[in-house]
Amino acid sequence: MADNERVPTVIADDAHIIYRVLQGPGAGNSPLASFKRIATRTKNSNIREVHAVKGVSFVAYRGEAIGLIGTNGSGKSTLLRAVAGLLPVSRGGIYAAGQPSLLGVNAALMNELPGDQNVELGCLAMGMSPAEVKAKKDEIIEFSGINEKGDFSSLPMRTYSSGMSARLRFSIAAAKQHDVLLIDEALATGDASFRKRSEARVRELRAQAGTVFLVSHSEQSIRDTCERCIWLEAGSIRADGPTADVMKEYEAFSRR
Amino acid sequence: MPETAVASADAGLSLKELARRHGLSYSGRLPSLPEYTRQLWEYRHFIRAHAGAKITSSLGNTKLGAVWQVLTPVINAAVYYVIFGLVLNTHKSMDNFISYLCIGVFVFQFTQSSVQIGMNSITGNIGMIRALHFPRATLPISAALVEIRNFMVALIVLFGIVLVDGEPLTFQWLLVAPILLLQSIFNIGLIMFMARYVTKMSDVRQLVPFIMRFWLYGSAVLYPVTQFESVLKGWMLQVVEANPMLVFIELYRHALLEGTTLANVPAVLWIQAVAWSVVVGILGFVYFWRGEKGYGRG
Repeated sequence: MADNERVPTVIADDAHIIYRVLQGPGAGNSPLASFKRIATRTKNSNIREVHAVKGVSFVAYRGEAIGLIGTNGSGKSTLLRAVAGLLPVSRGGIYAAGQPSLLGVNAALMNELPGDQNVELGCLAMGMSPAEVKAKKDEIIEFSGINEKGDFSSLPMRTYSSGMSARLRFSIAAAKQHDVLLIDEALATGDASFRKRSEARVRELRAQAGTVFLVSHSEQSIRDTCERCIWLEAGSIRADGPTADVMKEYEAFSRR
Repeated sequence: MPETAVASADAGLSLKELARRHGLSYSGRLPSLPEYTRQLWEYRHFIRAHAGAKITSSLGNTKLGAVWQVLTPVINAAVYYVIFGLVLNTHKSMDNFISYLCIGVFVFQFTQSSVQIGMNSITGNIGMIRALHFPRATLPISAALVEIRNFMVALIVLFGIVLVDGEPLTFQWLLVAPILLLQSIFNIGLIMFMARYVTKMSDVRQLVPFIMRFWLYGSAVLYPVTQFESVLKGWMLQVVEANPMLVFIELYRHALLEGTTLANVPAVLWIQAVAWSVVVGILGFVYFWRGEKGYGRG
């Protein structure tokens, strides 16, 4: 194998993802209607299928940072979850090197626990040994910067502002070396100085021969961190190429 | 749509072949059962930390904090004492009826709250499941550990009640340890089953309170086990007396009380208890493992 050969880390091969959504009570959900449905054995009208990703194929290589763009509800987050193996694909396949890790803003830890215990728990959940956790704990808290305005790491997470908890979550996930790191809107939260620090950390992770996927609505952070962009629209790929080109197309599309 | 350039050596390969060539694994592949068990063992520190965190956070908002762990079983026993000991004054013939009753109530409560906590162990942690990668069975196991810990505190209260009620302290009390182990394995199996079952069929949540009530009445908790013999005969009696909760409760009574009439001879009860915990423990674990990759769907 030649040195200059690019090593694929994530391959999506015609991946389809279908959600089955059980709708809450609404029209036609009275007890009588439900009985009628069961008695006549008609299909439950409350279950709707949402075809969120429709046949997506791409190859991602080691050392790449790929931005995923698209309007709200275009399937970006769903695709990331499937790459992370957290959501099963309905058809096709997604292949990945090692275990991709998803880093999102809605990664709930335990709100009743103080920040430093959440750091320990999060690190253990990522598969670190207790010794590693002990060594990395202070570094993580310092990186998150939650202690800049007093001793917040010993206060329960529920007292944190949304920006602070997002920063802590990012810091926990970024503490581990990932083969494939999937970031879902996490860089958008936090103030300017944290954003700068986290973007530097993403570059560092990439330099350590990983692949980074970034979902963001902030054009700037995509431009700053990714050289390749995939544009998803309504579950299909509209464009895949260098960031500048794809961004231009996307901007023209969204201005319409 | 610009295609991604594929390196020369890989040219012409289909995506699937390319993935195989570079040793990429299929996302969402179910690990084998031994592999899964080994992963679980590697996550033992996480299980312990998660269980500890659950205990701390569940009482975090109360003023008395950890005192509730002792207070809850004491109040529980007091309620039953007032109703059955003072108000109804039932079973005067059995002088240790309060102990008899409390053992049944406490032991049944252990499994009952395990079932309830089991229903939430996946659905209540969905944020964590969607965000991080870890063997999902760590969550029901940590839930079980929380319940085991609570029950061990309750057991100490129970020992006090039994002693105050006039039962002697004997070496037979040591039998509580193996019974506790068997019931815990049984509970873990049950928790794992419930954890997956409610993700597939959330309607069962509405039925569980009734099932548990029915189970309570069928487990000779509130009245002596001998009452079954006077109303049931033959195979029906056999079925009722094979009820795992009845078996566990009878074994605790056998260990703690002197001169109680048991449903069966102790040897039979022990065999039944081992069989139940092995069968339910293994089936629950396998059932849970089969669903491992779908829990993120929520």
